Amino acid sequence: MAAPFDLKNDGVVVIIGSGAGGGTLGNELAQKGIDVVILEAGGRHEYEDFINDEWDSFAQLAWTDKRTTSGDWRVAKDFPNLPAWIVKAVGGSTTHWAGASLRFQEHEFKTLSTYGKLEGANLLDWPITLADLEPYYAKAEDKLGVTLTNNIPGLPGNNNFKVMKAGADKLGYKECHTGRMAINSEPRDDRNACQQTGFCFQGCKWGAKWSTLYTEIPKGEATGHLEVRPNAMAIKINHDASGNVTGVVYADKDGKLQEQKARIVAVAGNSIESPRLLLNSVSNQFPDGLANSSGQVGKNYMRHTTGSVYGVFDKPVHMYRGTTMAGIIRDEARNDPSRGFVGGYELETLSLGLPFMAAFLNPGGWGRSFTTALDHYDHMAGMWIVGEDMPREDNRVTLHADMKDEHGMPVADVHFDDHANDTAMRDHAYKQGSALYAAVGATRTFPTPPYPSTHNLGTNRMSEKAADGVVNKHGQTHDIKNLFVSDGSQFTTGGAENPTLTIVSLAIRQADYIAEQMSAKSL
Amino acid sequence: MVTIYERKAGERKPGLSRRELLKRGGVGALLVISGSAVISPEHAWGLETSALKPETMATLIQMARDIYPHDQVPDKYYAIAVKAHDEQAGKDPAHKDLIENGIADLDLKSGKDGYTGLGWEEQRVAVLREIENTPFFQAVRGGLVVGLYNQKEVWPIFGYEGESYSKGGYMARGFDDIEWL
Ligand SMILES: Cc1cc2nc3c(=O)[nH]c(=O)nc-3n(C[C@H](O)[C@H](O)[C@H](O)COP(=O)(O)OP(=O)(O)OC[C@H]3O[C@@H](n4cnc5c(N)ncnc54)[C@H](O)[C@@H]3O)c2cc1C
Ligand code: SF4
Repeated sequence: MAAPFDLKNDGVVVIIGSGAGGGTLGNELAQKGIDVVILEAGGRHEYEDFINDEWDSFAQLAWTDKRTTSGDWRVAKDFPNLPAWIVKAVGGSTTHWAGASLRFQEHEFKTLSTYGKLEGANLLDWPITLADLEPYYAKAEDKLGVTLTNNIPGLPGNNNFKVMKAGADKLGYKECHTGRMAINSEPRDDRNACQQTGFCFQGCKWGAKWSTLYTEIPKGEATGHLEVRPNAMAIKINHDASGNVTGVVYADKDGKLQEQKARIVAVAGNSIESPRLLLNSVSNQFPDGLANSSGQVGKNYMRHTTGSVYGVFDKPVHMYRGTTMAGIIRDEARNDPSRGFVGGYELETLSLGLPFMAAFLNPGGWGRSFTTALDHYDHMAGMWIVGEDMPREDNRVTLHADMKDEHGMPVADVHFDDHANDTAMRDHAYKQGSALYAAVGATRTFPTPPYPSTHNLGTNRMSEKAADGVVNKHGQTHDIKNLFVSDGSQFTTGGAENPTLTIVSLAIRQADYIAEQMSAKSL
Repeated sequence: MVTIYERKAGERKPGLSRRELLKRGGVGALLVISGSAVISPEHAWGLETSALKPETMATLIQMARDIYPHDQVPDKYYAIAVKAHDEQAGKDPAHKDLIENGIADLDLKSGKDGYTGLGWEEQRVAVLREIENTPFFQAVRGGLVVGLYNQKEVWPIFGYEGESYSKGGYMARGFDDIEWL
């Protein structure tokens, strides 16, 4: 029932990317009767086609087009061409994601006022508050079927969670539970309940975990108002003399360039590709790229302060059985500068299979120190640190000076240096994580460095004033009224929480705004 | 083409007297060079090389074990993990040079009996530490991360169970069976 729209149809909203932001916006608009074309660079793989195998799944779904890195972050050394672990496929990174769905805390919308000016950080208050977003958080939680909201029971704790919980109790943490997960603990929304398969990062073959691929997108298509065009890589956004955008040039499945005309364009390619596309859309009128009068496009790249702690025990754990992110500790998420840093972090269980553990435990490491860790793979428990990192102007996505992709589009370079606050937070979290596992009898713990970024944020940030950021409080660019940003690149700051629930809430809110503006004929 | 083959029961072991004999340090297992093949008479498998010298391949197998030593993982899996270098060497002369010269250099640095002549793992690791920043070492180590740990046959040795969807996940197979807490 997918409605195929004509390339020349200039009445459609064109959305770039079909992930958390784009897929949600597309369905929300389609439900309101607005015609939408989603251009998606990747292919369409339905959930039966997902693969319970880490590298094979990575090859099927991950974004592996060339990127470059620079800066002092360890990812630049370990994975120079893989700054981010995200997806190129219909559904975007919601195919790979773990499902943790947390609301931001009130102060995280007001970081400049709360933390004050921090040297080397480009902090700014969001132009919206928690109260503005609360009704949309509620809608998003219902849409995603988040456990422990809407009377949905929590998931049962797996082995990895039980170890975490036992340690949390010993350390006196109060807020440790199986999380707010966008994973069905019982059948809901015509989808299965979680079968504890343990391959959440490889795409849920049961469809128990929310992904736009099998929720928003088919629902939108069923209205007849949404077309998703896979294998369509947007290269450039065109505009007219008045400065309004008019269409999107993309490479189709055969590599041929096409232009889809548009009434409105919404960019949702995740925080590396979205600024790359805006920066590549240069013209005489906009020599620095679209929506870039502030010069902020691509800047303030955030990736959360991350890291993992794995512990080895004298008895088996089998952490890989069951949900990958099976539980959370929230006690450290508060802002408490007495710990030596501003902002806070969450601790969430995490498990990797043996192949990814070998690749990520200590990239570049070798010898017995490394291999004796893996020897105890089935005796390991693991957790992931996710905390607020500081936005910095120099942490940014730029177009590579001479390296180009197969379509002739300059590849993205991702530059990142840790702020001292990030490092202090990570060290604190490593200590807490190690102490937690030691308290349950770990014989050895591993402070594991950050993986390529799964959370990518901030590169088209939201601001009250046009001079400080790229988009306003509706994700509408300050410079061009029919150009929107609909993904995590809108985030003014990153919060301590996994970002997707906030991305989805912003997309629902943006759909209301776009529909209003369209019926008022302002768009 | 490199092939790893299981030797059939009753097949004659290659005569050791006429062959160059590689004595593996420490463990005492034997890898034997026969024609263009590396053979493990004890464990009934062989690895035929086409581009690299079989001696080079035998040293590479030892080097692989010293980089990622797992005493419970048989040589066969290290052999499978490094055989891609023979394939690549067949297609790319630069890669062949990288590996042959790298192994020759390793032998040179290891003294008169070469790398595999060093009896203790620590002695061999000391030589590896000297070259760990070379493109040769990084090519071998980097290839092993996927080449060794992505073999489904080694997963059970580490207690990793792999694919689980076809078995209905772990819902009824112990996702929460921990008892010692
Ligand atoms: C392993 C993993 C685990 C995660 N776990 C969690 C979690 O537990 N909780 C949480 O909140 N978040 C999690 N995340 C992060 C989450 O997936 C992302 O925050 C979210 O999907 C981002 O949404 P998005 O719309 O910005 O981008 P995406 O979902 O990445 O979608 C962007 C889409 O745009 C497409 N695209 C990009 N450029 C173009 C172009 N030029 N033309 C056409 N299409 C283009 C891409 O192919 C992609 O499909 C996880 C991510 C990963 C990888
Ligand atoms: S553990 Fe649950 S959510 Fe994760 S992949 Fe399996 S069934 Fe899906």
